Amino acid sequence: MTNQSPILAVADLSVDLGGRSILRDVSFDLYPGQLCALIGENGAGKTTLLRTLLGLITQRAGTVRIGAAPAREHRELVGYVPQKINFDPDLPLRTRDLVRLGLDGQRLGLPFFNGRTRHAVDQALQAVGAEEFADQRVGELSGGQQQRAVIAHALVRKPRLLILDEPLANLDFGSANALVDLLGRLIVQQQMTVLVTAHDMNPLIPVMDRLVYLVDGRAATGTVAEVVQAEVLSKLYGYPVSVLHHGGRILVLPDAPENADVANMNRCAGHGV
Amino acid sequence: MFAFLSSQPVQTALIVGSCAALVSALIGVFTVLRGNAFAGHALADVSSAGGAASFLWGISPLLGFLGMAWIAAFGMEFLGVRKARERDLATGIVLGAGLGLSALFLYLDVTTTSTTGAAVSVMFGSLFAISQGLIWPAILAVLAVFLLVGLFYRPLILTAVDPDLATLRGVSPRWMGLLQLLVLGLAVAVCALAIGAVLATALLIGPAGAAIRLSRRPAQAIFWAMIIALTAVWLGIWMAYESYYWFSGNAWPVSFFVVVLIFLFYLLAMFGSSWSQKYQCRGIASLRRLQEP
Repeated sequence: MTNQSPILAVADLSVDLGGRSILRDVSFDLYPGQLCALIGENGAGKTTLLRTLLGLITQRAGTVRIGAAPAREHRELVGYVPQKINFDPDLPLRTRDLVRLGLDGQRLGLPFFNGRTRHAVDQALQAVGAEEFADQRVGELSGGQQQRAVIAHALVRKPRLLILDEPLANLDFGSANALVDLLGRLIVQQQMTVLVTAHDMNPLIPVMDRLVYLVDGRAATGTVAEVVQAEVLSKLYGYPVSVLHHGGRILVLPDAPENADVANMNRCAGHGV
Repeated sequence: MFAFLSSQPVQTALIVGSCAALVSALIGVFTVLRGNAFAGHALADVSSAGGAASFLWGISPLLGFLGMAWIAAFGMEFLGVRKARERDLATGIVLGAGLGLSALFLYLDVTTTSTTGAAVSVMFGSLFAISQGLIWPAILAVLAVFLLVGLFYRPLILTAVDPDLATLRGVSPRWMGLLQLLVLGLAVAVCALAIGAVLATALLIGPAGAAIRLSRRPAQAIFWAMIIALTAVWLGIWMAYESYYWFSGNAWPVSFFVVVLIFLFYLLAMFGSSWSQKYQCRGIASLRRLQEP
């Protein structure tokens, strides 16, 4: 742990959506240069938490601080990569154009050629290894390449915190490994801080500094060793679970299948290898 | 050829037709990018009610088309356009109501003037019968569209690519959607004036749809859409003029020729782009690539 001030500080965050309580008393800090994984199954509240951090949803209680000020005022410090954008194959937009929109997409007037803009776009393309498809249409790229393009779009303004929503969900093993490597590289080379959601923690374990484990809107936070313990997770799930380690991989399973109902079993299976 | 160009109605037709081609190509690209083709079609159809009303009340048809297109645009926005399905639903409901109004006004047109001319020219256009007084209003409408789209070019594209990314850059997708519908209304009014409310869709969607297949950048798509739309309109006007001689004194309507030409261009672009994909070169796109800095 560093003795710097946290880049992201979430304290006692509670969020309701449509009268339903989605997040309850979630707290965690994220320090510069760390990679934090937000682990939970579908419906656990991961996307809601991200959207609250981005200021797209207003919380019922608690605070989110990015840098030193409330999240809403510090969008400039955050780059966001949404879960999946469906780019039409015919969309007349090159990777390079998409990246440039991350830099000046909000500006008025026509996008004339500009050396500094071009340089910033090239740097972002290079940071994610997207040079070779920079001049191809975004819609023609593979899923992994599109993801790199969107990451470059988020990086081009040089944010301090990069937030990715389920970046591994639509990727094959090879692309997923390449993406994990890329995230590790961004932290080292660009001094980036990364917050990434996933339903399976295993691919991220090699690069993960901290973990926020979400179950039904409640969170356990800390390092992998601190959080992924039978005792901590049993308390979080509300029923006994076991944590199995196998070849560097972690499997969380409910303890007594004959007592647990089918829905609970399915839930835990989602965290499997 | 000289006789063709020196004819007054032909000159007016060329000017108003070019205006329609340019705005529809520009807006069409954004409309197709956002997957908004149905909304564009609906605005054009509904604007026919305004065109019909303008005959009844003796006001400028351009104002009639525009007024009704804008009312429809606000209606669609008001009824909710957040999800694709809701957007289609809102569009369909406004389209139905608008066409009902159109039926009423066209009926009143026919009963009060005892001609069917108004109905045909509102629905299918009569480019050779446009009054010269409409040239300047049409040009002004075109300038307004170019100015607004030029100003909001990047936010409009970003919103078309992904509304969430736009929100994060401080661009409101909702405002951009409304702006686009308003500008679309202006374009639709000029198109409806030129080739009729029902056929305006062809000019709005066809050239843009073809151009998008040929392009790798938004600006390039707009450029090719304009070329295709202008070619279709000019050739269409010329063919309609000449058809007087082809069919021994029974000239066919301009709108027919324009729409058929657009359809042909679209087919060409479709085959052209699939052919160039097959052979791993991007046709026109790869030529343009060589010229880039």
